[in-house]
Amino acid sequence: MTPHRTIADREDVLGALMLAPSLGYVILLVGVPFVFAILLSFSDATAGSLHFGWAGLRNYAAILGDPIFLRALKNSAIVTVGSQVLVVVLATAAAQVLRATFRGKRFARFVLLLPWAVPVSLAAIAWTWIFDSTFSVINWTLKATGLMHGWLYWLGDPTLALLAIIIVQAWRIFPFATVIVLAGLASIPQEIVEAAIVDGAGFWRRLIQVELPLLMPVVAVAVLFGVVYTATDLGVVYILTGGGPANTTHVLPTLAFQRGILGADLGQGAAIAVFLLPFLIVVAVAMLRLARHTEVGAR
Amino acid sequence: MKRVALYVAALAFTGFAGFPFYWMLITAFKQNRDLYVGATDLSHIPWIFNDPPTLDHVKLLLGQTDFPRWVLNTLVVVAAVVVITVAVAVPAGYSLARLVGRWGERLGMGIFFTYLIPPTLLFVPFSRLISLLHLQDSLGALILIYPTMTIPFCTWLVMGFLRSVPWEIEEQAMIDGLSRLGVILKVAPRLIVPGILTVVVFTFTLVLQEFVYALTFISSVNKMTVSLGVPIALVRGDVYHWGALMAAALLTSIPLAIVYNAFMDRFIQGFTMGAVKG
Repeated sequence: MTPHRTIADREDVLGALMLAPSLGYVILLVGVPFVFAILLSFSDATAGSLHFGWAGLRNYAAILGDPIFLRALKNSAIVTVGSQVLVVVLATAAAQVLRATFRGKRFARFVLLLPWAVPVSLAAIAWTWIFDSTFSVINWTLKATGLMHGWLYWLGDPTLALLAIIIVQAWRIFPFATVIVLAGLASIPQEIVEAAIVDGAGFWRRLIQVELPLLMPVVAVAVLFGVVYTATDLGVVYILTGGGPANTTHVLPTLAFQRGILGADLGQGAAIAVFLLPFLIVVAVAMLRLARHTEVGAR
Repeated sequence: MKRVALYVAALAFTGFAGFPFYWMLITAFKQNRDLYVGATDLSHIPWIFNDPPTLDHVKLLLGQTDFPRWVLNTLVVVAAVVVITVAVAVPAGYSLARLVGRWGERLGMGIFFTYLIPPTLLFVPFSRLISLLHLQDSLGALILIYPTMTIPFCTWLVMGFLRSVPWEIEEQAMIDGLSRLGVILKVAPRLIVPGILTVVVFTFTLVLQEFVYALTFISSVNKMTVSLGVPIALVRGDVYHWGALMAAALLTSIPLAIVYNAFMDRFIQGFTMGAVKG
């Protein structure tokens, strides 16, 4: 293009130079630690010393024989699936509402975003107070309206505590999913919707047969991020229940933290965290396929 | 009829989303004797102020706890992480969008994917790294590690942002005799300003929200950030000062909520990455 190509005109050199810090940071402080996390899970490393010895599959054998770990693995799956089902239902419905025009819509949108904006740990402490065994406003309201006669020890009962965790996770993620679905709704070509109306399709038919199939890629994106945010979240469970009562509500991250950081057994902590990988691999593969799919679909 | 259903649904969603914030608000300003009435007492309605509101909890929070210190710590970390992120992610985003050609897309995707590797997988190796570097219990640990979360996402954001900026302006500058480097130094910065603003806001919100690494690396109360100190150190033993706790949660949430409301759409563009065609 230009006759005199100096270094200041070499796009490849400039490009590599400008990319290097970002790539370096990511490789050194995400890539390498990621590999190291997996190596640690095969070691007997502890937090106290710098000793690093090969332990083979000992950590894995230990946790797979540990009922607390198996429970945590199950809880992680239950919380992730349970909250994401709730999120999809809530987000699709909320997006339908927010699409309509009504008085106070701006305010509704603002409030709907709050759960996503607030730091996880602060939201979790607010919910801890809401679920408090003595002062729970939920219990008061259920009793005052005559819906309940007994008493719910929200965070003191394993099943209720798990339910509470699912509610908080769904509460935290659904606003994010709603906004994504809204963006998807806005991008559906107006002609398609109009054609459906002309053909006499009512609200439900339009929603189920026309819009939802077109929305699938966006809903999938929302769910994928939701899975990552929920499966890998430590704050909600750590603050809400601390894994209790009696280690029944641990999820993988809280157990990894308890064993690896508090218990100083880095090897075992790493091995527990490695079980997050299946969740992440499913998400990554799905995202890649989705990306390819939309690329092919694009003109 | 349809209108009624719409309003009921809108009310239900906002109610569910907003309820904890209403609860923070009412708890933060209630007098203790109004606050600590067991839920079995059905004659005492917890949803309203039964006694006049009070500023006692806010005064306690600001005057007798480490909360102001945590705010300061958080701001220090925010400032440092913003500088690092902008310095690293903005050039990278530019490079991916404009310079490295067809590899840009692939590389960008690769960098973005590292955003999916969660803190809860990395905190164990990081705890070893941080002790090797003697950064335990210091804000330096957070300043070093937080960019691992902001750089991937922000590189992606800037790349996506530049795709929507027409190339012609830069092309014209080159025709006018600027070198490629000259364009990058003199023309591109003006074009990227809105993208940089998004990067700053994203970094700010992420640092304010982060909990896992702070919990792993920081143990001294006076080194904590807001999102760590409030749930961990405001609880003394088994005594929860619920009024002060909720005041802290509220004070932190308000600026974040305002920022989110303004920048929502830009973040979403980053997340949907092409699944939504605008």
